[in-house]
Amino acid sequence: MSSIPVRQPVRQGEWHLPSKRRAGMAALIVGESAIFTIFVVAYVFYMGKSVTGPTPAQVLEVPILGTICLLSSSISIWRAEKAIEDGRMASFSILLGVTIALAAVFLTGTAIEWKKLIYRDGLTISTNLFGTTFYSLVGLHATHVIVGLFLLSSIFIFSLFGWVDSRHSERFSAIALYWHFVDAVWIVVFTVVYLIGR
Amino acid sequence: MSDIPLPISHVTDTSIPGSEPGTILEKLHGWVVTVDHKRLGILYILYSTFFLLVAGAEALLIRLQLAYPHNHVLSAQVYNRFFTMHGTTMVFLVGMPFLFGFANYIVPLQIGARDMAFPRLNAFSFWLTAFGGVLLYYSFLGGAGLYGVGNAPDVGWFAYAPLTLRAFSPGHATDYWALALIVGGFGTLGTAINIVATVIALRCKGMTLMRMPLFTWLLFVVSMLTLVTITPLTAAQFMLLIDRYLGGHFFDTQAGGSSLIWIHFFWIFGHPEVYVLVLPAFAIANEIIPVFCRKAIFGYPAMVAASVAIMFVSLGVWAHHMFTVGMTSVSNAFFTLSTMLVGVPTGIKIFNWIATLWGGRIRFTTPMLFCIGFLFQFLIAGLTGIMLSVSPWDWQLHNSYFVIAHFHYVLVGAVVFCIFAGLYFWYPKATGRLMSETLGKWHFWLFAIGFHITFDTMHFLGLLGMPRSIYTYQPDRGWNTLNLVVSIGGLIQGLAVLIFAYNLITSYWCGEVAGDDPWDAWTLEWTTSSPPPVYNFEEEPEVHSRRPLWDLKHPDDPDWEYEA
Amino acid sequence: MQLRRAQRLIHLCRSAAGLLIVSPPLIAQGKTPSTLAPASTPAHQIFDLSIFVIAITGGIFVVVGGLLAVALCRFRARARDPEGEPAQIYGSTQIELAWTVIPVLIVVVLFLTTARIIFAIQDAPKPKSALDVTVIGHQFWWEFRYPKYGVVSANELHIPASSDAAPEATYLKLTSADVNHSFWIPQLAGKTDLIANHVNTMWLDPRAPGLYLGQCAQFCGTQHAMMLLRVYVDTPEQFQTWIKNQQLPAQEDPNVIAGRKVFERQACMNCHTISGTAATGRFGPDLTHLMSRATLASGATDNTPENLRQWIKAPGTFKRGALMPAMQLTDEQLDQVTAYLETLK
Repeated sequence: MSSIPVRQPVRQGEWHLPSKRRAGMAALIVGESAIFTIFVVAYVFYMGKSVTGPTPAQVLEVPILGTICLLSSSISIWRAEKAIEDGRMASFSILLGVTIALAAVFLTGTAIEWKKLIYRDGLTISTNLFGTTFYSLVGLHATHVIVGLFLLSSIFIFSLFGWVDSRHSERFSAIALYWHFVDAVWIVVFTVVYLIGR
Repeated sequence: MSDIPLPISHVTDTSIPGSEPGTILEKLHGWVVTVDHKRLGILYILYSTFFLLVAGAEALLIRLQLAYPHNHVLSAQVYNRFFTMHGTTMVFLVGMPFLFGFANYIVPLQIGARDMAFPRLNAFSFWLTAFGGVLLYYSFLGGAGLYGVGNAPDVGWFAYAPLTLRAFSPGHATDYWALALIVGGFGTLGTAINIVATVIALRCKGMTLMRMPLFTWLLFVVSMLTLVTITPLTAAQFMLLIDRYLGGHFFDTQAGGSSLIWIHFFWIFGHPEVYVLVLPAFAIANEIIPVFCRKAIFGYPAMVAASVAIMFVSLGVWAHHMFTVGMTSVSNAFFTLSTMLVGVPTGIKIFNWIATLWGGRIRFTTPMLFCIGFLFQFLIAGLTGIMLSVSPWDWQLHNSYFVIAHFHYVLVGAVVFCIFAGLYFWYPKATGRLMSETLGKWHFWLFAIGFHITFDTMHFLGLLGMPRSIYTYQPDRGWNTLNLVVSIGGLIQGLAVLIFAYNLITSYWCGEVAGDDPWDAWTLEWTTSSPPPVYNFEEEPEVHSRRPLWDLKHPDDPDWEYEA
Repeated sequence: MQLRRAQRLIHLCRSAAGLLIVSPPLIAQGKTPSTLAPASTPAHQIFDLSIFVIAITGGIFVVVGGLLAVALCRFRARARDPEGEPAQIYGSTQIELAWTVIPVLIVVVLFLTTARIIFAIQDAPKPKSALDVTVIGHQFWWEFRYPKYGVVSANELHIPASSDAAPEATYLKLTSADVNHSFWIPQLAGKTDLIANHVNTMWLDPRAPGLYLGQCAQFCGTQHAMMLLRVYVDTPEQFQTWIKNQQLPAQEDPNVIAGRKVFERQACMNCHTISGTAATGRFGPDLTHLMSRATLASGATDNTPENLRQWIKAPGTFKRGALMPAMQLTDEQLDQVTAYLETLK
């Protein structure tokens, strides 16, 4: 271009950027947190404001078993992450299966709880403010568990066919991040609905 | 980052737009199945331009109705549908898609990437947004038929509960509003996630965050803001649908529910949303102003800091839309203060732009003219915003034509002006041809004159006590002449936009050939051909400063020696 | 250059427009419900504050806009510019600090001034002698109740004027029977919303007797535009006269028995109250003293016998979308019921 000696910039070191999948999942989690926050705010705002019964204290039982299962599934999925990173695919499949089973127990518990609330206690989404806010908040969370369950089950089936190996560990870690998010939301929902709200 | 093929087949799109062989049908098919960010960007922009014309027509009909008191152009029911649809369309089907369309096209080019982080999510998001718009406009066909404008939403673009509950809005108008925006909202969320991941993970070698072009920085900020902005609206709309269809009581005052909670949730979305709309306008101005005054932007780090500050503070000002709902004096004072404070980083940006112009060599091309209009108008808009932040004065001005004047000053005077600037600026990159400068100048002057006739006058209507959302007004209130003037300005703006549309279309075939870098600019997109090849860059670029093309053009005086 | 002149012209016009704002007599004429012609303490306080705010923002506009205009003129590209690019200035810490600190100081001043007025208006101590009026918003009419006097009225509010000798503030309690509304009489005070299940308060103390206009300022449905407001500020004596008349039950006039029977049998009484009769409906306005009002349908039309008859026959003539149904009365029934209502003074 010209005969003037071109000055060189300082050499830069290795160029390493964060994983796009984790970044994308983190962004999704931020958005989902905002949605959950709004439903939690509505729940808290309407605590004690129902015009008719039943009240939380009258009908809610603390779902200890389900909670332990769901929170344990975070541990098992973390172990599964480690397994796929190291290429231990048999352990991976087992741990993933355990995660799915634990989540299934949680969902079954929710289903049993709702059946009792609807048929024995007469609490539906249209009964009163408690019903509306309870079913929408817990239901929103349960929906996210179901979506996660579907994703995990798909990967589980792929792993049984031998289509998954350690080269997919980064993708799996994004899904695991989602799963940890679902558990973290449960901690908040559990505290607000079953501890504080009762 | 190498990709391991998954047992799912994917469609590859390796052709350069417009020049690949094939029948019309094959070309159209190429556009429908594309995952290329450039094509999707163009689709977003065409989509928004179409709805700009539609919503503009709605506005003209509104102004025709209001040109005279007790006019009979539109009945009350039809008018209420029109002003609801005008607002909803302009925000969700024009503003957001235009700005995400720009982001889609330009961000990967500016960071030296091959495409967005998730190309298929990109396409999915576009089609979700598009479907949301179609669903919203399908409402014109239901119910009372086209001339009764069907079942189009008629509850105002902010759809306050309990007006939106079954008891007061039977029929499906409100459902169209909620469902269309929920679907479109998911599309917006997808694009925001994509932009965030792209900016974090796909920057080319050497492009640290503080070396990104300001356009990309601002769209990164906007995308992060969008994640927590659109989602409260989606949540509130779910709640509304639960009330309307599942017998819920979120907003049912008879069962102890609250109208105020809708208002809070809506404005928790609504206020950051206007920053989602205006920050991309700043992004566009940040690219155009330096190029046409031949200087680097003044105070790049401060511009970044101000943008991030706006992102955070804008989350804490929402109740300035609610000064009249009966909050305590302490709450009103708090939101007055936070709103005034958010004006500080915004004002700083204006000062930085003036400092950029200062000492430059200003070329008054069409994109630059629109940016100059933006600067004056955004200054005024910010100042009327300060007036509105003074809550006692807002008790008079809220829900009056003063507010309409203020927000149109922002949304038209700043956002639309910058959208036009951006279109004239990047059109040659996307199509290989320049838009006509002569038609561009006609467009600018007519639009600016019409804009000022309409929106300057409108401030006075508000001061004289005219409220908004009214299909007519009493003839003895002293508003007649001013309303007529406002309407005439609208017609002039309409004419200007038609000239623009004509320019946009004909320049594609008749415009002067542009070459790679028609404006003598400095960011990476101008190093590619016009239009760029589908893969954008033959080799991943490596940058050492904020203006890589400046460094190439001025090897004796490169930017990296001066940047902090 | 033409461009520069045109920009200066636009600049000039805007300044002229700005000056117009501060000349209320030019703008507020006749029945304009102008915020620039305050007639009550809250409106006065807001107006004074607004002048201060305009002065500051106007100053900012002149300085910043002026700098912008100067930059555009002085630094436009000229043919005689040297080759190459101008000097590249990347920033200046001192300048940037200055233009951060100065705006923050302006914000502090503006905020403190504003906060004083917020507390002065919202937290003003309520005088013992204040008149209480409850305002209930309906789709598309206003209900006014005077609890101390046992008076119920609609659409046209009567309040006493205040003076130094006899200060008389009116305190309004505002709520809604259905959707959100907003009470706005610009000359008397800022607006306050009417929200179901929620009570808001505001106060007025107009000094000059007269008629003050306003209307609903929160979109409430189809006929939001015709939910008009008339506030009659009476002298204390006029107000007492009005109240005494409103307290009386409906007059009994034997000539209009037929009309009264139509009223009672055609389901009018399901929605309307006429005190002293069997009609105790609350959905529509109280009609006991309908003839004491200047307008019908919250301002949609003047209160004349022809309009009243037409309103009853087909409300949609004046206010399509109003919640009063067309009662499908025969012409004879219409004549009778109109004659009856005309006696309700």
